[in-house]
Amino acid sequence: MSRTIGAVLRVAVLAALVAFLAAPARFAPLFAPLAPPGAPAIYDQGDLASLAAAHLAIVCCAALASTVVAVGLALFVTRGAGVQFLPLSRALVNFGQTFPPVAVLAIAVPLVGFGEKPTLIALFAYGLLPIFENTLAGIRACPPALLEAASGMGMNGRQRLLGVELPLAMPLILEGVQLSLAVNVGTATIGSTVAAKGLGEVIIAGLLSNNDAFILQGGLATGLMAVLLHEAVALLRRRIR
Amino acid sequence: MISIEGLSKRYGDLTVVDDVSFEVESRTIAVVVGTSGSGKSTLLRMINRLVEPSAGRVLIDGQDVAAEPPHLLRRRIGYAIQGHGLFPHRTVAQNIATVPRLLGWPEQRIGARVAELLELLQLDPGAFAGKYPHQLSGGQQQRVGVARALAGDPKVLLMDEPFGALDPIIRAKAQDELLAIQRRLGITVVLVTHDMDEAFKLGARVAVMSQGRLLQFDRPATLLTRPEDPFVARMTGISDRALKLLSLTSARDAAVADDGPGLGDAPQVAATASLREVLSELVWRGATRATVVDERGQACGSLAIADILAHGRAR
Amino acid sequence: MAAPRRLDLAGLRRLDPLGTMLVLAGLVAARLPFVIDKANRIVPGDPRPLFEVVPWTAACGCALALLVAGVAALAVRAPGARLAVAVLALAALAFALGAAGDALTPAGNRVVRIAPGAAFWVLAALLGVLAADALARLAPGPAARVLALLLTVLSTGIALASGHFDHVSVMREYAVNADRFTHEAWRHVALAFGSLGAAMVVALPVGLVCHRMPRLRAAVIAALNVVQTVPAIALFGILMAPLGALAAALPAAAHLGVAGIGAAPALLALFLYALLPIVANTVAGLAGVSPAAVEAARGMGMTRGQILAGVEFVLALPVILSGVRIALVQNLGLVTVAALIGAGGFGTFVFQGIGQAAIDLVLLGAIPTVALAFGCAVLLDASIEAMQRGRA
Repeated sequence: MSRTIGAVLRVAVLAALVAFLAAPARFAPLFAPLAPPGAPAIYDQGDLASLAAAHLAIVCCAALASTVVAVGLALFVTRGAGVQFLPLSRALVNFGQTFPPVAVLAIAVPLVGFGEKPTLIALFAYGLLPIFENTLAGIRACPPALLEAASGMGMNGRQRLLGVELPLAMPLILEGVQLSLAVNVGTATIGSTVAAKGLGEVIIAGLLSNNDAFILQGGLATGLMAVLLHEAVALLRRRIR
Repeated sequence: MISIEGLSKRYGDLTVVDDVSFEVESRTIAVVVGTSGSGKSTLLRMINRLVEPSAGRVLIDGQDVAAEPPHLLRRRIGYAIQGHGLFPHRTVAQNIATVPRLLGWPEQRIGARVAELLELLQLDPGAFAGKYPHQLSGGQQQRVGVARALAGDPKVLLMDEPFGALDPIIRAKAQDELLAIQRRLGITVVLVTHDMDEAFKLGARVAVMSQGRLLQFDRPATLLTRPEDPFVARMTGISDRALKLLSLTSARDAAVADDGPGLGDAPQVAATASLREVLSELVWRGATRATVVDERGQACGSLAIADILAHGRAR
Repeated sequence: MAAPRRLDLAGLRRLDPLGTMLVLAGLVAARLPFVIDKANRIVPGDPRPLFEVVPWTAACGCALALLVAGVAALAVRAPGARLAVAVLALAALAFALGAAGDALTPAGNRVVRIAPGAAFWVLAALLGVLAADALARLAPGPAARVLALLLTVLSTGIALASGHFDHVSVMREYAVNADRFTHEAWRHVALAFGSLGAAMVVALPVGLVCHRMPRLRAAVIAALNVVQTVPAIALFGILMAPLGALAAALPAAAHLGVAGIGAAPALLALFLYALLPIVANTVAGLAGVSPAAVEAARGMGMTRGQILAGVEFVLALPVILSGVRIALVQNLGLVTVAALIGAGGFGTFVFQGIGQAAIDLVLLGAIPTVALAFGCAVLLDASIEAMQRGRA
């Protein structure tokens, strides 16, 4: 029962977001009370749908890159010669978590200049940590007896990894992806301060022109996007269980 | 004396304890035994009001436990549980001092009491007082749990599967210690277990419970020889009931005074040994008669194999 | 590189793999420019190698320290020794940077500045990795970690106060902004800790109630999760409107400092963000308390208040504090964003620097932010671990 309600809610949220991005002008009466007198109620300096698409693209690209790197790294430090890098990688991960995303962004700018690149780097770096940590936790949670049994049945290292360890760790890995996606959608809005295209532009335009309508529509769109991405990965997690 | 009068506990339609009555004599151990879900733990927890009864009452020395605020009542009743429930963030000494502190004893008296209890449970105060529970073995944790339950100098001690987490050898030792401590302090103990052997070993009287009802409350020997219910017979065990009966009587109690000499080569058995152990010894040695010797090594009688067998016969 | 053919494979295999990687990277990095000589804050500047800009004694000293660190990274296994040489080499590297500043700046010139070049950053990062690896292997206890943190803070403070680094770009920006820096630093700390304190006052009781009432738990956690999905700048912005209206309607509120722009919306937003980690960890911590301990406490006649304060809360404290740590580190980072709505803090420098394309100014905001968050994390982690020792 509650599952169907959840499904209906998810579809409704998705429909609302798509409808708003496709025809924002229709929602103008909703936001008009928040706009200063005479100012536009709907962001008019760019196309909301394309901004949202750019936002989504940058978030997903960064998440994909950090997933590949973080999972690879976690697999490397849990087997063979890589094991001696485990304490170091844990220490670095721990240190990295204290790095505020804004600081990553700010430090990336001198290295690669303004635009999408620093945002991509910041999102990539910040997305690494949850995925790495969760992958590590997932692999370490595999019962030693199970691995022993797998070896006992004649599976080699690769077969054990692909057939036993990764499938068992998958729910935790996906949880890490979920976490970094959620953080990244929000952090990407800050990317607009360094001239990356995205929904942050709308919010910042609102801040600059004192237009609460802009702030609210930018915030709502990103918030809904974060919730939907979270739910999409959750769906995937349920599928593989 | 603890009087349990018509005690019941119901949760909605579910009756967990159904009109149970019995009396535990002062300075004795009563054991409540039953399978899981028989209501034995709930019954115990109604004595110190961790569970409030739906009907009936509990009197300790004639005084209704319901007359007192529950937390004050509990401070004068010892309580020890399976898995010991020691506070992991407090040292052994601090754990034992819990109830004395609640009672507001002066520091000096608390310190003396902690040391006294550690001695009583054969834990060196110097070595153990400052340790944390996780630094102890399972048997040591259990002993600290008992020490903590006794700290407030209670007249009554309630124990819920206190030895459940111990392995068999440590368990037997802990049971012997409990018997010695109970005799020495003269406290009244109500102990809950699912282990019939433990019940027979510890209990002056044993209450057998099933599905919330009390089936029989009797001496162990009576439960074996005159079970009032098929379930009691099954619980006590039919296949080895004769041997169980033998294990309830000590060599001292069964020994007959010697008149004739000529027992020089008979095996010697300790007066504290049970008839079951004496029988085993005789079978092992191929002998038909044993000399019973007391703690000082003095012969205090003898036991013939036929006499032993008579003790295990159905009455 | 003497006759690699004579190196036998067994000898190669004895080399530390991490050390080998670090040394190879270091050899590449050493060819990059060590400093950038800039006429002022905006111009790109000239890249310069180490030996060209630093007096040869200082350059040789630095090179020697780097060499020792490299050899130790390859051949020494003892983590204590590796840590010591890494720290020494870092100090030498920093000293060389300052020396380069002295050498390249005409006396009395307050505009010319030198920025650390790629070689400096990469070598510093490599040495940092070497030190981090050694530290991770040493696994120092909580007291040692706090002591190391204090020593680092103290020596960094002394080094910066000595004037040796005054010609380095970030310190140039600091010299210009010294008064504002102190002000924004306090502002940053006040916003982060003020919102954290308020969140703790609310989140602990809420967590307790959620623990006692499981039906409420799911709803509260879900609501707080939704708050977390709202991007920080949007939440700051959204809160500006009602607070601005409040200040306009109630002169008393305005008098108290409640305003649409500035600290009030930032404090409120940070407070909201901090609730989730603390509530979630309070619930998890209380749920993790051994039921046997609580049962025993009840059985011995402890009152509900005594059980909560003396058993449940104390046992849950390490988990609750991990929640506080997450919230604090998160807040220290988010305060930076609050500069966008005029709340102040180190973010002021970051966004000002971004606006003026002045990277040195960005670093003046970013470096203290990271240092502050890292220091707080070390302190909290150490106290959590100290608390868990003894009980395990």
